[in-house]
Amino acid sequence: MRKENLVVVGNGMAGMRAVEELLKLAPDLYRITVFGAEPHPNYNRILLSPVLAGEMTIQDIVLNPLAWYAEHGIALRLGRTVAGINRARRTVVADDGSEVGYDRLLLATGSTPFMPPIPGRDLPGVISYRDIRDTTEMIDAAGRYRHAVVIGGGLLGLEAANGLRQRGMDVTVVHLMPWLMERQLDRAAADLLQASLEARGLKFLMERQTEALLRGESGRVVAVRFKDGLEIPADLVVVAAGIRPNTALAESAKLHCNRGIVVNDTMQTYDPRIYAVGECVAHRGIAYGLVAPLFEQAKVCANHLAHFGIARYTGSVTSTKLKVTGIDLFSCGDFMAEKGGVDAIVLHDPGGGVYKKLVVRNDTLVGAVLYGDTADGARYFQMVKDQQNIHAIRDQLLFGQNASVGDAGHAGNAHAALLPDDAEVCGCNGVCKGDIVKAIKGQGLFTLDDVRKHTKASSSCGSCTGLVEQILASTIGGAYTPARSKDKAMCACTDHSHGTVRQAIRDLHLVSIPAVMRALDWKAPDGCASCRPALNYYLISTWPGEAKDDPQSRFVNERAHANIQKDGTFSVVPRMWGGLTTPQELRVIADVAEKYRVPTVKMTGGARVDLLGIRKEDLPKIWADLGAAGMVSGHAYGKSIRTVKTCVGAEHCRFGTQKSMGMGVKLERMLFGMWSPHKVKLAVSGCPRNCAEAGIKDVGVIGVDSGYEIYVAGNGGIKTEVAQFLCKVKSDDEVMEYSGAFLQLYREEGYYLERTCHYVARVGLDHVKAAVVDDATQRGELYARLRDALQDYEDPWTQAVQQPAVRREYEVIQLVETKG
Amino acid sequence: MSRWIEVCALDEIARQGSRVVASTQGGIAIFRTADDRVFGLLDRCPHKGGPLSQGIVHGDTVTCPLHGLKLGLADGEAVAPDKGCARSFPVKVEGGVVWLQLG
Ligand code: SRM
Ligand SMILES: Cc1cc2nc3c(=O)[nH]c(=O)nc-3n(C[C@H](O)[C@H](O)[C@H](O)COP(=O)(O)OP(=O)(O)OC[C@H]3O[C@@H](n4cnc5c(N)ncnc54)[C@H](O)[C@@H]3O)c2cc1C
Ligand code: SF4
Ligand code: FES
Repeated sequence: MRKENLVVVGNGMAGMRAVEELLKLAPDLYRITVFGAEPHPNYNRILLSPVLAGEMTIQDIVLNPLAWYAEHGIALRLGRTVAGINRARRTVVADDGSEVGYDRLLLATGSTPFMPPIPGRDLPGVISYRDIRDTTEMIDAAGRYRHAVVIGGGLLGLEAANGLRQRGMDVTVVHLMPWLMERQLDRAAADLLQASLEARGLKFLMERQTEALLRGESGRVVAVRFKDGLEIPADLVVVAAGIRPNTALAESAKLHCNRGIVVNDTMQTYDPRIYAVGECVAHRGIAYGLVAPLFEQAKVCANHLAHFGIARYTGSVTSTKLKVTGIDLFSCGDFMAEKGGVDAIVLHDPGGGVYKKLVVRNDTLVGAVLYGDTADGARYFQMVKDQQNIHAIRDQLLFGQNASVGDAGHAGNAHAALLPDDAEVCGCNGVCKGDIVKAIKGQGLFTLDDVRKHTKASSSCGSCTGLVEQILASTIGGAYTPARSKDKAMCACTDHSHGTVRQAIRDLHLVSIPAVMRALDWKAPDGCASCRPALNYYLISTWPGEAKDDPQSRFVNERAHANIQKDGTFSVVPRMWGGLTTPQELRVIADVAEKYRVPTVKMTGGARVDLLGIRKEDLPKIWADLGAAGMVSGHAYGKSIRTVKTCVGAEHCRFGTQKSMGMGVKLERMLFGMWSPHKVKLAVSGCPRNCAEAGIKDVGVIGVDSGYEIYVAGNGGIKTEVAQFLCKVKSDDEVMEYSGAFLQLYREEGYYLERTCHYVARVGLDHVKAAVVDDATQRGELYARLRDALQDYEDPWTQAVQQPAVRREYEVIQLVETKG
Repeated sequence: MSRWIEVCALDEIARQGSRVVASTQGGIAIFRTADDRVFGLLDRCPHKGGPLSQGIVHGDTVTCPLHGLKLGLADGEAVAPDKGCARSFPVKVEGGVVWLQLG
């Protein structure tokens, strides 16, 4: 088959991202030619600021070295500007007269800095801030001259000013508007920003209009004169007054442009053979100036170039982060609360250098400005994108979830930008801030997933995710955009989200993992260690009895029915219903511990006994001994029911109002064998003194004189969450029914590895109440489905002991090693 | 001298599963992929010694159960960007029987 010709005009961030995405999908479809007006391979433009500030070098920021183009057979024409497009003949003509034919053309010409018509703007020493050439010119000027004037107090202007100041120049920033970064910040935040930049030695002239740039004897610029007559010395003038989509080439080819090359949701221009992505584009009337949306466009464009034809770009919500080391600033969405029906929730502490404003419309967060403490920036941004209803958390919203990051995620108050490089960010994997920043810059990382892969940070318990996101945001600025959570792909094997997959399994009546993978076009033939366990759970919970459990798609703990330890041995935790045991059980446990030389015997946090350090081959033997005394698996290893903790309750306690031990045992027996999206823990306390800690359980039951109070969605783990009140009931049977119905709803709707607290945060407590409390019919059906799913469950330990085929899994093969 | 030694019937290893063979060189994990190919790796993850035999097998890769390192079954090399290598052993299937070669 003849390869088609793809010509790309513009060797920048959006164009090359589109090519990379295309190569991933269809490596052999096209013969690719790339024209780049700049003499450099594709580099990370957003890191020009750290280069200017002396924190990085030009070599550090190259994204695709020349070897990359060669390796993929891409014909690269560096230093060549495309001067015209002949749409009839389907060719482009470069400034050196050469002509190349295309089947498809991709325009990624970026934007050009806007130069206001000020007299003197053509003088030597007057530059804009866009590319490597501008940056090296600034570095050079900083070595030779003293006075720099930056015209424009936006993001680029401030980063330029900061860099020049770091290099020792005397810098004045001139701004037309009353406050800095007026498109990203409100006045209060901008004033704090200005004060802290002043403290670093920058000078500001606000609300000044430049009249002329004056020429010195050498021919170079020497001064700036303003409308009000003021004149200040300037050996270097950096004009950062905004950017304009670079549409000259497209316009000359008569492609429809309107403040950008107009494209549809598949990134096609009015000529269907010609695509466009990046800052040169106007999509639904918006031209974006940050890389995150451009990368989304690139992905969609590649999907169509590869003839997949399924992706759509529907626009982006953007956020802003200033990349000035040591300054923490974040804004996103619509943050100017001036229109009707909109409230601003504000915290303003000028002395402490902290300002936070959240803009709320109809109980959804629509925008945020944070200065000084941006710990919750990523979380607010996610809420804005998800349009999450914040009614229930409105009163605490401003105080943030991570009022505390910088440690394992539990307490403390360090802020990302202020953390020293040697501060440990990921407590699980021992990754420091410096390692993360180095990887982001050095490897050109843009997403949380990339950072996880390359550094391991936030890849284990995840408590430091927010902090890692902040570091990513403060290193690459607005280039970081988390996906809308409901659209996040399950893993790299698919583009579908957990929600879509769950839905498809139900709607298409899929009952096996291969069927799901076929129906949803899985990219890897048999998935990975992250999607297979999720799919297995979705199948068995959606089609109990019909879908067959696949042990090979379960994590080892659930396959071996014991918890793996760091040295490859296992731990055994027999179930003690409601935390109760008997002398006989204890005697058997003691015997087993002696017989198999169990190195450690300990009480767990779940109120039962753990036997640790057991070899896999010994597991079935130990289970046989325990089973003989009536003990079964405690499932301390599963995404399943774990424990029901109880207090002594009315059985013995002088304060007890209800028989909590009895209630706990009944609940645990009902739930035995329940698989769930994540582990599930319950507790029953006999009175509000709550000795069983029901307040931090997935389901917490508290006895009161008139019955029981039921609480749901608590969590005592990585981030402590207090359980929320669900309802009050009178009888033991009602406790079973309401708790069971709630857990069944979670089993049917939860995403894999979502604890009840995360599930309820996603769907809202009102949704849960509507199904479980208000609607008796639905409650009854949920409860019936739960009991139905659990009725035939057999103890997995007994099975392993009794069935030779299962038992074999635990045996080590002894070789007959003959001398040969 | 390299010797081929009989291990077990192919049927005694679950698809996308593994069995451990005790040898004088340490435990060796014999993996069987979804499409019935077999591979042998030393049962020690190059990261912190995790038992690879207990990992999830997908494609011709296994994910270590302890901290999720992914290793190619054919050569024991970690999948980029991770680094590390587990020693691999030649394995073959003949007439439904799995054979392992010890060097
Ligand atoms: C054995 C035990 C510690 C102990 O010695 O007491 C334990 C041990 C482990 N916990 Fe735990 N947890 C134990 C009680 C708890 C508790 C307390 C409780 O249950 O009352 C909590 C906080 C309560 C909660 O879950 O809400 C707890 C919160 C966690 C978490 C964080 C969960 C979260 O949603 O934030 C993890 C990580 C995870 O599951 O992803 C975890 C994970 C683990 C794992 C399974 C880690 C692993 O994947 O290997 C540990 C296995 C250690 C081993 O070598 O066997 N363990 N773990 C406790 C067993 C209880 C039981 O009888 O079943
Ligand atoms: C100093 C600085 C800091 C920034 N900081 C951030 C930040 O923190 N976060 C963020 O998200 N974004 C930031 N940006 C913006 C970001 O860099 C741009 O959004 C992004 O680079 C745009 O990508 P693009 O491919 O559309 O354009 P470009 O990267 O500009 O690429 C376009 C390329 O096309 C070439 N070209 C144009 N016309 C032709 C032609 N006719 N023939 C051949 N070649 C041609 C140009 O020379 C250029 O190399 C920053 C930008 C600058 C300048
Ligand atoms: S038992 Fe729990 S808290 Fe202790 S080290 Fe293991 S996972 Fe961490
Ligand atoms: S021991 Fe295998 S990943 Fe850590």
